[in-house]
Amino acid sequence: MKNTIKFMIGALAIGMVSCEPEFDNAVTDQGFYDAGDANFSSYVAVGNSLTAGYADGALYISGQENSYPNIMAQQFGFVGGGDFTQPLMADNLGGLLLGGQPLPAYGNRLVLSFDGEGNPSPTVLEGIPTTDVSTSAMGPFNNMGVPGAKSFELLAPGYGDVAGISGGTANPYYARFATSGSSTVVSDAASLNATFFSLWIGNNDILRYATSGGSGVDQLGNLDPSTYGTSDITDPNVFAASYSAQVDALTAGGAKGVLVNIADVTSIPFFTTVPLQAIPLDAATAAAVNAQFAQYNDQILPLLVQFGVITQEEADRRMINFVAGMNYPIIMDDDLTDVSQVLQGPPGNLPEELANLLGQLRQVNDDDLITLRASGILGSVPDPSNPSGVVGVSIPMEDEFVLTALEQARVSAAGQAYNVTIQGLAAANDLGYVDVKAGLAEVAATGVSFDGGTITSAYVTGGTFSLDGVHPTPRGYAYVANFILDVINSKYNATIPKVNIGSYGTITLHNNIN
Amino acid sequence: MKKVLLLAVLFLATAVTYAGGYRVSLQGNKSLAMGHTGVAVINSSELVFFNPAGLVFLENKLSVSVGAHGVFADVTYQNTATGENAITDSGVSTPFYAYVSYQATDWLAFGLGVYTPYGSGVTYEDDWAGSHLINNIDLKAIFVQPTVSVKIADVFSVGGGPIYATGSVNFNRNLSRTLSDLDGNRSEVTLDQTGISNWGWTASWMLRPVEGLTIGMNYRSKIILRAEDGDATFENVPTSGAVPFSDPVSETVSTTFDAELPLPAEWTTGISYEYNKFLFAFDYNRQFWSEYESLDIDFGGADFTDSQNPRNYKNSSTYRFGVQYKATEMFTLRGGYYFDESPVQAGYFAPETPRNDSNGYTAGLTFNVGSRFEIDASFLYLQFDEVDASYDFYNENGNSVPFEGTYKSSVFVPGLGVTYKL
Repeated sequence: MKNTIKFMIGALAIGMVSCEPEFDNAVTDQGFYDAGDANFSSYVAVGNSLTAGYADGALYISGQENSYPNIMAQQFGFVGGGDFTQPLMADNLGGLLLGGQPLPAYGNRLVLSFDGEGNPSPTVLEGIPTTDVSTSAMGPFNNMGVPGAKSFELLAPGYGDVAGISGGTANPYYARFATSGSSTVVSDAASLNATFFSLWIGNNDILRYATSGGSGVDQLGNLDPSTYGTSDITDPNVFAASYSAQVDALTAGGAKGVLVNIADVTSIPFFTTVPLQAIPLDAATAAAVNAQFAQYNDQILPLLVQFGVITQEEADRRMINFVAGMNYPIIMDDDLTDVSQVLQGPPGNLPEELANLLGQLRQVNDDDLITLRASGILGSVPDPSNPSGVVGVSIPMEDEFVLTALEQARVSAAGQAYNVTIQGLAAANDLGYVDVKAGLAEVAATGVSFDGGTITSAYVTGGTFSLDGVHPTPRGYAYVANFILDVINSKYNATIPKVNIGSYGTITLHNNIN
Repeated sequence: MKKVLLLAVLFLATAVTYAGGYRVSLQGNKSLAMGHTGVAVINSSELVFFNPAGLVFLENKLSVSVGAHGVFADVTYQNTATGENAITDSGVSTPFYAYVSYQATDWLAFGLGVYTPYGSGVTYEDDWAGSHLINNIDLKAIFVQPTVSVKIADVFSVGGGPIYATGSVNFNRNLSRTLSDLDGNRSEVTLDQTGISNWGWTASWMLRPVEGLTIGMNYRSKIILRAEDGDATFENVPTSGAVPFSDPVSETVSTTFDAELPLPAEWTTGISYEYNKFLFAFDYNRQFWSEYESLDIDFGGADFTDSQNPRNYKNSSTYRFGVQYKATEMFTLRGGYYFDESPVQAGYFAPETPRNDSNGYTAGLTFNVGSRFEIDASFLYLQFDEVDASYDFYNENGNSVPFEGTYKSSVFVPGLGVTYKL
């Protein structure tokens, strides 16, 4: 009897221990996927907001979890990759506090909210943020992406000094996890002695200028970045010197890695969503508005040409003409000749207010790009007591809402120069070169299909870009991660599996009700 | 000791299952040890399930069999393109049986059986790669079957009876591959209903043309379990006008659901031959799975999109072989093998019932405790080949999004029971 019981208990025990089914070749087995010539045991990602996982105008936990370096690190796990730490925010709101007080320029994330009639609109998420940048997170982290950072700022001592935030010399995101007030982003990253790195920096060196509608300065030729404003274009030589120093620092210990180039900023939804012809007018209104500009078109502009103040070509560009239907709005273009002083003198003797209005006035044309920020002001009536004062019709939009053809050319020239540098340094240091510019251009041009549809660059519906119109969604970041993994696999003879981008979400739906 | 054993058996949870199809062929320790043959084996009151006609041929006035099985079933999944992988955490489930037969006259016997022929329990890690199809399922069905057995001639009998089935279901899956709330928690739905019941029937005959030879046939009707007004709970739903059934403030939304799950008919025929201390048995099962065309979930309320999940099962067969050897007065040894054909067709391989063809290897013994008590032990190892499979009927924005990968299952089932004869 006792033996029988023992036998039965024994049989039960065998069942319990030997139960798990095993594949002949399991993906979790060592050697199923190959790391090739690289070593992924310690990976550090250096960059800006794109590397941090920033989306919807803020940095928040679930966005960080879907950052492209975090997605890649999970896949590196199949080929010996180690832990990947990120400076996770304190919440999913995304806003920042400094010493308990909200930092005004760093609000909460955007969500897609629906009003009572079911109309969607991106809205800033309600709630009081809890991430205080003066409360240090213990760095350094494997993800050293610092939202807002420009190329040269990754090497700037004091960029992580909390005391410098209010003065604008320090970055609150980096101040939160800098190892000291005098450390640099790159020195902190290099201190990890990683075996593999990725570097994606330089976007803000042109993007800030572009998203501000070109309101900054193209610093071409100015080699002193300490004199730059936040919305300026970084001189390509300054970029090259910074980038080269960063690559040197990150490869000092023999690490392998990839350099990611700078994408075209003008194909992102931030510049392609608001239509150029955004002003609907009926025939009567168009005629009335045209009548107001008749003197400008027919007398003032020819006179300015006659006096040699502007060229005939500029006069043609400055002609105002509204029609029945959809119309190009009027704007201030700071690349036009400022004629406000001339108009106040003889023979016109225009009043100052009118002269200022006409000083750098023109209508938008097909070569311009209107920024997403303009959607809130275009067609608005800022002064309720003056219903005819409509932005875009009788009040010109400010320059900061439009990226003109000339401004686009500056952005494009600088971006191309940066990419020449990046590609050259990749070749010189035998690193992978990721042409993400081509990858995102394909999304913008034709879309990229996946198992659940096609991702495009369309705002809200395209699936690639988050509600800020600049930064990717989780699905967009997954696409970028796959793009980089392709380069890693081919450069280092590795076989790291890519992710299914259909498993990654897009924009967040939320009714903004507390 | 006997009492302890009996208690232990009875205290095993009444959960059913293992992870394949959802037919659980574990209806007796003696039979399972012989490859789950029994339609033509006159052994014990396990005949209440296997062939009610045979009860009248039992030699004892009263025969009681009670037992249970511990099912250790696991499924692993992987997709080599992405590296996604998963293993179920299914714990142990314990299908059970209890049969009584009573010989009223030499030509009439009555029986009563309670057993668990259908069930499924599969638990994947929440939010795994196939979470839009299933996170976990717990399906239970208990059959209660009163039976009569009539000897029409010395060599021929018939039997049968009604079946009362009662079941419950709990099922959870994510609403899509990506929909999440504000904090990134995946939107999911849980379906739950208990006390679903319906009626069916069974009928059989048995023939003993010559000494040692037994032939039997048994039919068990289909029973459709209909969940009506079950509880459907949606969680982590974005509070957004873009989700039609969402609530403006709460992420949890409740409604009702209706659904049908067929427990298909099964037809068995078999033969056994007794030779000295040996008994050889062969059973052929035909399961009428084609009844299971689609798992359709109808939610209460116009805002909820009903869920259609094609299954398109095909009828399937199982071939069973068993042998019994009376070693000593104390011990009877048994062994068996069966080949179990999967009802799942290519392209319909859903991870909630990840079943491909399997080979069952069985063994067991009976230990006689005195003249009336027997302790029955059995062991089943169900061997599955790894299989590349896909489920092609998940749709996303009008696009068919197949869920593909490699599956491997394994099942170990130790079992223990007692037989009492008077």
